[in-house]
Amino acid sequence: MKAAVGEGPSAALLGGRNPVVQHSSAIRKLQLSKMAGADGDDSLYPIAVLIDELRNEDVQLRLNSIKKLSTIALALGVERTRTELLPFLTDTIYDEDEVLLALAEQLGNFTMLVGGPEYVHCLLPPLESLATVEETVVRDKAVESLRKISQEHSPVDLEVHFEPLVKRLASGDWFTSRTSACGLFSVCYPRVSSTVKAEIRQHFRTLCSDDTPMVRRAAASKLGEFAKVLELDYVKSDIISLFTALASDEQDSVRLLAVEACVSIATLLPQEDLETLVMPTLRQAAEDKSWRVRYMVADKFSELQKAVGPEITKNDLVPAFQNLLKDCEAEVRAAAANKVKEFCENLPEDSREQIIMTHILPCVKELVSDTNQHVKSALASVIMGLSTILGKDNTVEHLLPLFLAQLKDECPEVRLNIISNLDCVNEVIGIRQLSQSLLPAIVELAEDAKWRVRLAIIEYMPLLAGQLGVEFFDEKLNTLCMAWLIDHVYAIREAATCNLMKLVEKFGAEWAQNTIVPKVLGMANDPNYLHRMTTLFCINALSEACGQEITTKQMLPVVLKMSNDQVANVRFNVAKSLQKIGPVLDSNALQTEVKPVLEKLATDTDMDVKYFAQEAISVLALA
Amino acid sequence: VRLCSPPNNTPSFTSSSIKMSAISASEKVDGFTRKSMRKAQKQKKSQGSSQFRTQSSLVELSPLPQLKDAPSTEQQDLFTQKLQQCCMLFDFMDSVTDLKSKEIKRATLNELVDYVSTNRGVLVESAYPEITNMVSTNIFRTLPPSENPDFDPEEDEPTLEAAWPHIQLVYEFFLRFLENPDFQPSIAKRYIDQRFVLQLLELFDSEDPRERDFLKTILHRIYGKFLGLRAFIRKQINNIFLRFIYETDHFNGVAELLEILGSIINGFALPLKAEHKQFLMKVLIPMHTAKGLALFHAQLAYCVVQFLEKDPTLTEPVIRGLLKFWPKTCSQKEVMFLGEIEEILDVIEPTQFKKIEEPLFKQISKCVANPHFQVAERALYFWNNEYILSLIEENIDKILPIMFGSLYRISKEHWNPTIVALVYNVLKTLMEMNSTLFDELTSSYKADRQRERYWLYGNSGPFLVGIRRIPAYHVVHHCK
Repeated sequence: MKAAVGEGPSAALLGGRNPVVQHSSAIRKLQLSKMAGADGDDSLYPIAVLIDELRNEDVQLRLNSIKKLSTIALALGVERTRTELLPFLTDTIYDEDEVLLALAEQLGNFTMLVGGPEYVHCLLPPLESLATVEETVVRDKAVESLRKISQEHSPVDLEVHFEPLVKRLASGDWFTSRTSACGLFSVCYPRVSSTVKAEIRQHFRTLCSDDTPMVRRAAASKLGEFAKVLELDYVKSDIISLFTALASDEQDSVRLLAVEACVSIATLLPQEDLETLVMPTLRQAAEDKSWRVRYMVADKFSELQKAVGPEITKNDLVPAFQNLLKDCEAEVRAAAANKVKEFCENLPEDSREQIIMTHILPCVKELVSDTNQHVKSALASVIMGLSTILGKDNTVEHLLPLFLAQLKDECPEVRLNIISNLDCVNEVIGIRQLSQSLLPAIVELAEDAKWRVRLAIIEYMPLLAGQLGVEFFDEKLNTLCMAWLIDHVYAIREAATCNLMKLVEKFGAEWAQNTIVPKVLGMANDPNYLHRMTTLFCINALSEACGQEITTKQMLPVVLKMSNDQVANVRFNVAKSLQKIGPVLDSNALQTEVKPVLEKLATDTDMDVKYFAQEAISVLALA
Repeated sequence: VRLCSPPNNTPSFTSSSIKMSAISASEKVDGFTRKSMRKAQKQKKSQGSSQFRTQSSLVELSPLPQLKDAPSTEQQDLFTQKLQQCCMLFDFMDSVTDLKSKEIKRATLNELVDYVSTNRGVLVESAYPEITNMVSTNIFRTLPPSENPDFDPEEDEPTLEAAWPHIQLVYEFFLRFLENPDFQPSIAKRYIDQRFVLQLLELFDSEDPRERDFLKTILHRIYGKFLGLRAFIRKQINNIFLRFIYETDHFNGVAELLEILGSIINGFALPLKAEHKQFLMKVLIPMHTAKGLALFHAQLAYCVVQFLEKDPTLTEPVIRGLLKFWPKTCSQKEVMFLGEIEEILDVIEPTQFKKIEEPLFKQISKCVANPHFQVAERALYFWNNEYILSLIEENIDKILPIMFGSLYRISKEHWNPTIVALVYNVLKTLMEMNSTLFDELTSSYKADRQRERYWLYGNSGPFLVGIRRIPAYHVVHHCK
């Protein structure tokens, strides 16, 4: 508890700090202080401070206090929480949005603090007010809390207290309360009587045709969720007509939400009804004049595909998908391109290959040379996945040329996406098929002018090394990995160091000893102190993977020699390195070689060197 | 300060993008690369309207005879034919196709503009549906996704509409049609209906400022001529604004819509309807929280002041509203808020002033002490305003105690010499208003400081002053 505990009664404290506030809300405060401290119980003083802070002028203090609301409630006990604290909080609703957000969240967890499920309805008034404020974040949180506590209501309380609240919100004047109501229908519907159910359906219907688009959007976004709790007959009679109406709303922002609902609705209906009840609307959405709606269809394509089943997929979705891949808007094409793999995977097995080869692949081929780089890179991130579906021969004949084309793409993102998914191809045809084209692509990315591109390719090095094998690596890639160590950007040097460690883990200590350790240690004599430090960083990373033998015999002498470096940064990094590799060394080396050097560094003229030397001595217990 | 950005229905590459999106986002942090990049791609960008599968095969247009050469009996027919010819749409992203047809349509549109603006008696009843159909076909379209999803209207060049050579003339024509002395709203309202207006309003999101400018004038004319649509237009603007504030945080035409509203508010009858007051408090005031406030603040402040001039009793809730949404971290916005407050104070009634002076001057006192000199300067400029000075003088007993601490402190501490000079002048002005109170405040302030210093440093004085900051690990080191 951050408040000043033990500095006397809270009112006095606050009065001393902030006379204006005390003046303006004196009455309220008096009552509150009495609330907490009236029985002369000293243990409640901290609580009194918290309560005072609920009214403080400083938002941060009010916020802190609201976040400790459960502590206050616990101290007050269930009855006073119900009769005093909650009414007080209901009054607070005009406060800053941040405070309201915290309050809305807290109240969702308050059931036990007001006396359990029997009294949970006491929480409804403050949450009802919070569900009507303008700020979306606060309102959403209030609805979330209301949904949570609705589960704690008994069926009777749900009808007596909760459902009337939903009705009030649903018929509120201002759009905010009506949007909030949309999220509450589905939580109370399953647990109320059939008369009340009919009322709820009626309210939902009304909100779906509200004249405020914000409300229609809220209703459309909850349509799927509401459909799930309805009886199937009502889904067919009520929901379908609402769905159709929302899907042809005049505002595209409403129509696109109906696409989402389409997934849930299609899942609920028996297969034979889909064609008549859902498909006309879905076909219309896939051809909507607004690209946003088509984007949504593309974005939800896999879900839609699963929901409507294999037959409709074959007859309807395949042509729709082709159109989306050829859409006039790049945004839509990119969204569809992202789904190529999933869509193909989920095609019915009996006709999968035929559909892909005759319908999908021609579109994919066009996308490889799309004018928009986002489309190409979306495709590049999934296209490799097709090889597992199509098998070796098709991959070699049809996909390989596409991979190779993308590896030569002008946009580095496209090339990176191909390289980062090489493992899929490796499983099917082996990476060797690609290696001739791979190498120039990797080299080019490795030397890209943008350091973040270089960084990204470094991250794939261990994976590539594993798949290409040690010989290929030594021959073609080793030089690159070493070149990164002297990159002029620190982040690259750091990543390169880490990369070396992963390579050693893959290829083993012996390989390290023969190929990289000599080169790394050679850099210790470099005229540039940054490169000399890189030697130390590499040693830090490699010592464990290389083991005691190499560390003691080859690395340690270099580190010790560097303790005489004229640059202080190198010297204190020697101290840090010794601390790091110490655990790998045997105690003899520690005592006879490391200790004297650290002791010398501990008397260095430079403060930092001294500091790190002393730290190493104490960590390695050499004192 | 918004808690977080509201959910956005509009998909864009920022949300759908792949691995490298983090890169492009963080590249932005580095202002240097960004500027140089922008310079590199300085050439004007343009984009086609998102016409979804327009007519696939275009027949080439053939020129029709000039209207002025046609006998008057045939003119009406020819006019209709020309309107229908102009319903043909062309792809302007492809600059080489249909050159001949594009030119014919352009010439025809020019002729039509001329025809409706110079001739009387050409707007016969049968022309109305043809005209509105031609206009709708050409201008109503789904706006394409923004080329630049992080479009910053203040910094980036807008993407221009590629089909502008035609669209401009269509707008021009429509405007002349509305302004024609023979224009009859009673006939036109069958075609220019709610649905038409709704589509017109959606176009205000166009990134092309030339298009928004036309839309502004056109909507203004429609509002003026179609009484039956007024409430609907206001309500739809209301919805656009609410969506802008609470859902998308993005709409290109806010400034234009506010400009229209400014003149609408001007014409409100008194007493103001509840609906209008609600619009002020629940839409215009929260609009001050928007990220791109700078783009439309002038128009927004104008609307607010219009309201207050109509009904001074709204002053208190408006100022309290502004104080609630007062920017916490954005100095640029704070300067705008101060500007708006000054505009409000310019028209405030003294009785209203008394109601809000306390919370208002607490905020002003914080602004005066703001380390950002532009904020402090803007607040201090209030003391150059004769009317505000007179209000302060009338209420000096209330205001001086609120302002004194900040002013006195920054007169000693502010880093910026201009601010210190300004503060001296302000202090002098305030002292002249009530020198007794000023002296009392000075001595009690000094006493307070004395006490504070005692608590901070004990009796030994401020020994900490002048010691340089020590890096953390050295402190650790010394403490060992």
